[in-house]
Amino acid sequence: MIDRVTVQSGRYHDSVRLMQASQALRNTDGVSEALVAMGTELNLSLLTDLRFDESEFSSAGPNDLIVAIRAVDEAALGALDQVLDDALTAGKYDTGAGDLPPPHVIETAAQSIGANFALISIPGRFAFVEAMEAVRAGLHVMVFSDNVSLNHEVLLKEEAVKRDLLVMGPDCGTSIIGGIGLGFANAVQPGTVSVVGASGTGIQQITCLLDDAGIGIRHAWGTGSRDLSEAVGASSTLRALAALDADPGTEIIVVVSKPPAPSVAAAMREAAARCSTPVVVAFMGPGSTLEGATNEVISRVGAPPNVYSAWPSRDSEHRPGSLRGFYSGGTLRDEARFIIEPVIGPVSLTETADGHALVDYGDDEYTEGRAHPMIDQTVRLERLNAAVADRSIGVILLDVVLGYGANPDPAMELAPVIRSLAGAGVAVISSLCGSSGDPQGFEYQANQLHKAGAAVYLSNAAAATRAGNLIGGGL
Amino acid sequence: MSLERLIDDELIVATVGVEILQQALVDQAVTSVVADWRPPTAGTEDALATLAERGITHAANELAIARMLAVRPQLVDVASARDVIPGMTETTFLHAGPPLTWERASGPIRGALIGALIYEGIASAADEAEEICRRGDITLSPCHHHQTVGPMAGIVSPSMPVAVVRDAGGDGVAYSTLNEGLGKVLRYGAFGPAVIDRLQWMEKVLGPVVAATLHQVGAVDLQALISQALQMGDDGHNRNRAATSLLLRSLGTGLIENNTVPVADRKEVFQFIDGNDHFMLNLLMAAGKLAVDAASDVPGSSLVTTMARNGTDFGVRLSGTGDQWFTAPAPIVDGLFLGAFTADDANPDIGDSAITETVGLGGFAMAASPAIVGFVGGTATGAIRRTLEMYEITLAEHPAYQIPQLEFRGTPVGIDATKVVRTGVQPQINTGIAHKDPGVGMVGAGLVEAPMDCFAKAVIALAATAT
Repeated sequence: MIDRVTVQSGRYHDSVRLMQASQALRNTDGVSEALVAMGTELNLSLLTDLRFDESEFSSAGPNDLIVAIRAVDEAALGALDQVLDDALTAGKYDTGAGDLPPPHVIETAAQSIGANFALISIPGRFAFVEAMEAVRAGLHVMVFSDNVSLNHEVLLKEEAVKRDLLVMGPDCGTSIIGGIGLGFANAVQPGTVSVVGASGTGIQQITCLLDDAGIGIRHAWGTGSRDLSEAVGASSTLRALAALDADPGTEIIVVVSKPPAPSVAAAMREAAARCSTPVVVAFMGPGSTLEGATNEVISRVGAPPNVYSAWPSRDSEHRPGSLRGFYSGGTLRDEARFIIEPVIGPVSLTETADGHALVDYGDDEYTEGRAHPMIDQTVRLERLNAAVADRSIGVILLDVVLGYGANPDPAMELAPVIRSLAGAGVAVISSLCGSSGDPQGFEYQANQLHKAGAAVYLSNAAAATRAGNLIGGGL
Repeated sequence: MSLERLIDDELIVATVGVEILQQALVDQAVTSVVADWRPPTAGTEDALATLAERGITHAANELAIARMLAVRPQLVDVASARDVIPGMTETTFLHAGPPLTWERASGPIRGALIGALIYEGIASAADEAEEICRRGDITLSPCHHHQTVGPMAGIVSPSMPVAVVRDAGGDGVAYSTLNEGLGKVLRYGAFGPAVIDRLQWMEKVLGPVVAATLHQVGAVDLQALISQALQMGDDGHNRNRAATSLLLRSLGTGLIENNTVPVADRKEVFQFIDGNDHFMLNLLMAAGKLAVDAASDVPGSSLVTTMARNGTDFGVRLSGTGDQWFTAPAPIVDGLFLGAFTADDANPDIGDSAITETVGLGGFAMAASPAIVGFVGGTATGAIRRTLEMYEITLAEHPAYQIPQLEFRGTPVGIDATKVVRTGVQPQINTGIAHKDPGVGMVGAGLVEAPMDCFAKAVIALAATAT
């Protein structure tokens, strides 16, 4: 048996709580005797009776807290600090004051429920401070917000490395973590394929195409649209890849990104080659499509080739005019461009009065001060309505993205203008990125768009190919 | 959790921002919470980003708050201000709050200065005293610059007896005047004959008797008294009845046994302390001053080390910005008024007593004090909410000061100025209200919120420090 006696002056607790604390210590394994008490004469005499060493507490007075413990060994003593702390300080409580005041910043919100993850979607110029606080509070962070400076992105990711945390973003639209969709994510079936992507809609398209083929997803981690830039150096993508490679539940990994910086692309390919898990690399570019990458995954897992869901239009007639694309997903727009340009020549990537154009309405330029077009289609609807009377337009290509976080019924909003466009002789082609589990209802959305007069394709590459052919192939 | 554990652990998600994204988590039955986020105080955005980039604030604050909480205040003596307060001269008059000139001084400060000049025998009447002040014949200096704090006007003149509070765990020392009681008293700007007589008696009798008693009973552990008082219904600012009672018990034996002092004087001293529920306030403020001085001058720290008002300006200082004051106009106190007085009689907020809120008492311990909930809408639950709100802007929970109503949770302590500007939650202060005219005195008590502008300026200055 060994004794430990400590005296802390100026710490006061009422005698009832001290009795409870003494009891809690005595009930702990390895403790034979314990007294937690203020140093009153009575308590000092109790300690003497218990044969604790008087020299240890003889100087204590009524304002001093004495903790005297007799235990079997040092190890038993060591475990008692926590027991004592718990006994003397607050547990969960009901104040009777109704709802507690709401937390206002990320770290106190996290603390209130013991969070391990932060999702940040406040305006970009404020997002860095909250994200950094979240990292410093030990949370993995997904920064959905865009308009965060590159310098701040680098700092966030450096801080995350120091703490073995993952920063997804800024401008990370989509993640699926253990079946939970964060940001814009589709309710795809669980499985053994994991995706790492610096592209939100790229992840959504691949996971939905796989879902259509009956193949499920384990993780899909977004890393932010600039992660594969020279400055960021794929910090989060490389770390996510390594973590997923070590995951026994992941049987194949897909890396998807908009065109990366060349040096970073090389580093990524090297890292992919070092993985013990098979890795399919899908860097967007001419000749490389999300559907193609998905097909490679399907063949790697030994599944039969899939015919992706589509609701094509019956005829190819359309009024003369050029192709205009109205996209909400950046990667989907880029994919369409890489497919269409070889067929019909260069297209404008910004709004234009004549000629072919493919515009991403999810770009910073159109989102400052308003919600993303996957949520709020106002700008896109306004442009589509104007297109009805715009005789320079013959073919319209657009994307509709379903899933958590997205507009609850995009087809309902789009159907009237599609009807008008079709009525005016415009060919409307829509890619529809979604899965049968999505809250908006995949089939329902497809049918609404199709009934209004659009040709609908799950695969954006298929939609783009069709649009290109209508213009360039004269079909 | 580590990156490896992101693979298998259950997600628990805190969110700020777009509501639809949080709703999606709720729809997926994920444990989640959304912060009631608002943009930071206008003008602080870049400063907050700079501090986040630099990343030293957290460690600096940990150091500063540890120093603040390590202080062990002991009441050891009462001595003459001229003998103990650093920088005190025969023409030095200390005042509450940030630096101030006679020209900008409010009624209660002017009244208290007039009273102090008469008390010191420098002036014989009010107009003479005013003339002396106007000519600048005396030196005005903030108490806070002299290891001293004073409630309300906070005037300290050379002959006044001051409490000496020492840190048992270090070498710090702090001073405060002795509390005169309520009503027509110097610190509320009154200076009539009764006020001056009382000050004379405090100098000749109260100070020496308390000093002799302390020499007999030994140092009084103020932290222990305050801890107990919170569990007996004090907040440590607007209610000090329990703490004063406990102090009197501590002094009792010494007071009875001290044969060197005439028994009539001892009886008067006993009756004076017994009849003044706020006698402990000044001592508790000195204990607070000891704590904030210990926490000062930690480079990069956003810990608030001073909140003090001079009746004209409200001033804030941070650990990381040294002696620099960040001021805004002193606000009007929202309160309850004595007798026929109304809000029109009230002077703007005044006094160093917000030191109590700076160290986790007063408004920050409101939940402990159901007896004074009249100041917060009259309900005990309102008092609890007030205190709970303060946890978000503070760095720690006080290890000794506990609130029974919150299951003995420590009081929120150590205001982080960056949290104030990020959350928009202003520190709340329980306080007395002085009449705006010199010579009148106390008119009420109530609640006031520290002006956001002080904290915004402080955070901007902290970000501009070179470290």
